[in-house]
Amino acid sequence: MSKVAHYDVAIVGAGPAGMAAAISLKTFGINVVVLDENVSAGGQIYRGVTTSPLSSKPQILGDDYWSGKKLVKEFLESSVERIAGATVWAVSQHTSESEQSSFEIGYSVNAQAHIMHAKHVLLATGAHERPFPIPGWTLPGVMTAGAAQTLLKSTAMVPSGRLVLAGSGPLLYLIAWQYLNAGVKIEAFLDTTPKGRIPQLLPYAFDFMRSPYFLKGLKLVREVKAHVNVITPISDMVANGQEKLESVTFKSASKQQSIEADHLLLHQGVIPNINLAQAIGVTLDWNDLLKCWVPMSDPLGNTNVERIHMAGDAAGIAGAWAAESRGQLVATEIAYQLGKLSLDQRDSSVTAYRKVYARATRGREFFDRLFQPAKAFRRPTGNTVVCRCEEITAQQVRETVKIGCTGPNQMKSYLRCGMGPCQGRFCAVTVTELIADERGVSESEVGHYRLRFPTKPLTLGELATLPQTDASINAVVRLKKPV
Amino acid sequence: MGNVTNADVIVIGGGLHGSSTAMNLAKAGTQVLLLEKNYVGRHASGVNAGGVRTLSRHMAEVPLSLASQQIWSNIQDYVDDDCGFEICGQMRVAENESDEKILKDRMALMQSNGYTHEEWVEAADVHKMIPSIVPTIQGGLIARHDGAADPYRTTLAFRRKAQQYGADIREGVTVNQVTKRNHSWSIDTDAGQFQSRVLVNCAGAWADKIAAQFGESVPLTAVGPMMLVTTRMPHFLNTVVLGTSRALSFKQRANGTVLIGGGHLAWVDRNRDITELDFHALADSAQTVCEVFPHMRHAVISRGWAGIEASMPDGIPVIGPSGVEDNLFHAFGFSLHGFQLGPVVGEIMKDLILSGKTDLPIKPFHISRFS
Repeated sequence: MSKVAHYDVAIVGAGPAGMAAAISLKTFGINVVVLDENVSAGGQIYRGVTTSPLSSKPQILGDDYWSGKKLVKEFLESSVERIAGATVWAVSQHTSESEQSSFEIGYSVNAQAHIMHAKHVLLATGAHERPFPIPGWTLPGVMTAGAAQTLLKSTAMVPSGRLVLAGSGPLLYLIAWQYLNAGVKIEAFLDTTPKGRIPQLLPYAFDFMRSPYFLKGLKLVREVKAHVNVITPISDMVANGQEKLESVTFKSASKQQSIEADHLLLHQGVIPNINLAQAIGVTLDWNDLLKCWVPMSDPLGNTNVERIHMAGDAAGIAGAWAAESRGQLVATEIAYQLGKLSLDQRDSSVTAYRKVYARATRGREFFDRLFQPAKAFRRPTGNTVVCRCEEITAQQVRETVKIGCTGPNQMKSYLRCGMGPCQGRFCAVTVTELIADERGVSESEVGHYRLRFPTKPLTLGELATLPQTDASINAVVRLKKPV
Repeated sequence: MGNVTNADVIVIGGGLHGSSTAMNLAKAGTQVLLLEKNYVGRHASGVNAGGVRTLSRHMAEVPLSLASQQIWSNIQDYVDDDCGFEICGQMRVAENESDEKILKDRMALMQSNGYTHEEWVEAADVHKMIPSIVPTIQGGLIARHDGAADPYRTTLAFRRKAQQYGADIREGVTVNQVTKRNHSWSIDTDAGQFQSRVLVNCAGAWADKIAAQFGESVPLTAVGPMMLVTTRMPHFLNTVVLGTSRALSFKQRANGTVLIGGGHLAWVDRNRDITELDFHALADSAQTVCEVFPHMRHAVISRGWAGIEASMPDGIPVIGPSGVEDNLFHAFGFSLHGFQLGPVVGEIMKDLILSGKTDLPIKPFHISRFS
């Protein structure tokens, strides 16, 4: 029998939101722990910022990346307890054995399962890349641009051979720019942003021009365009190859074109990492501008599940600067709920953080609209693989709708799509959109996969060695079998 | 008051038993309408372990189970779908001497009742059949003609066949209240009023709420037996393996994934249709599996889930006419043993409704046993 650790607040994720929230909570004298799946703090955005081998050549990754060092250092130097390499696979409420009304968190570190109890849970689980289902996207040599950037940040690895970047959004230009700084040759940049959107965006342009994104973005795009063959608009993109990627074909200006390539990096924006929130029971809302599911939370980060809070990109994509202020804002609310702040104290802090947040998100509406992924790259057809784990194609999903399957959960039962180890991260939005497409209804009406714990795979051996308490040994319920 | 939809028979509940009942009635030419509050196969029927098992049945259930097995052996012709059914045998294994005694006593009891479908398998044969099982297993009790099927596919096949025969199936319709007016049933739902001569209660974990409206209160518990499934593994097992004194149900499916069940229960809120897995209980389940199949220690769990089912305190279901009302029938309370019975229960309900009798011994399942 072992003693289970108990905290006031457990934060999942050590990106800007999680770190900022943890630091704030600690200053309020709250017993807080951060569970971080990564080895070093910083999340995806500041991945490896204190350990990166590129610290001697800071110009490669750019000032915005290194600016994260301040927050990461402050976090590491604070006395916040951080559990590194911790994968959270369950958060339970009703089966929790805690004496107080607390959540029970199941997590693993180095293939060893653990349990902890926490009164409040803050989900700062960030974002992941939107799936980019084109024919051939599962070929070796094709990867997401974000994964490639992670390799660059944490290990200074760059692709060798002929490199093509494809997709849309600010991150793709940033990666292109970082590769140029590192001396990596880019054969082509296929910009899939649909043409002709700018005129409709004029109402949002003024905010954008006053935003921190404007000048930086402009400079980035200019530099990339000066050194790389940027082709746009793009349609009918295919990754070709037998054993691995050999070429990328596409249509541009109604001409069929082909580029030989060893690596294709795909990216069309990021979407909230919702699996943990959804499995806990947080209501999801379809964001039709960003074309993704967002766990619903109020402006202070409260969700429909009492004492489950959300901050950062997991609560809706708004970027790193906004995530930091959202983390602080939610920390203030939690401190208030724990009785460490008065209502007045909370409200005055909230006002201050809101101003920072408003500044950090100014202008986003402009490029959210500009870079909304093209329909053809969100709603594939034919033999394009949708569910990578179970190798289910767009056509299979579409045909299953035609024979009467109305939602993603039934789709799981029909085709097993979304039932592999990724738990739908690679296919959930695509499956929802395909069903919506075939049925001619909205994504909200179609709904999302019902997700279950474990939200991250664990081995049976890990689960078997879960520390047993006396209560758990007694609580095991067995149905009697006839003799 | 809005439009009233009429049918000769209304079935409440679109699980396997409701779908099978609707299918059998429609096949016999009866005008039947089925009301399902979510979608067909949403709970127990769609997400159970898919065990098609005559093994270890309660003695009262054995005749029904054997009759149902006849239908299963012909399932393709019966519903125009093979339902993923495969005969692979089911076996309860003896982990120690006390298990061995339990199983041998069971076999003796079965034989004294004239049943021969449960046979003893010597330890050496168990290990020949299942080389990866722990060497200390002392033997097993097998039903060789048992097997497993795909539960959701099966429920849908019955639903589809019911529709082909003309049954009207309405999903997303929640029944609020049932009253009897002038010898007919008036069913008030969130999608309007329905009316029928005969009413069938196949509402599973919610069936007691329907029965209670006629003063037939039953001690039903809504339970959620938990299941785990692993990622694909190299083929190592044909037979479904069950525990004897420990909760275990273990099967490798054709696609290589391994399904682990056994009856550990989730936390359930049937009013909100939600369950929460209990990882302490699952840890116990994982321990059992790792002890019986040592190589499973490295198996990766990709999902866990629980469907909401109805459990009765005496471990057998309610099947048959109401004890208080004419033209009212019940079939519910099948937790952990209902899937295999689905086909025969549909036939029994059809016989009871159309001719007032059945050839199968259903007396032990009458609802009045709780009054």
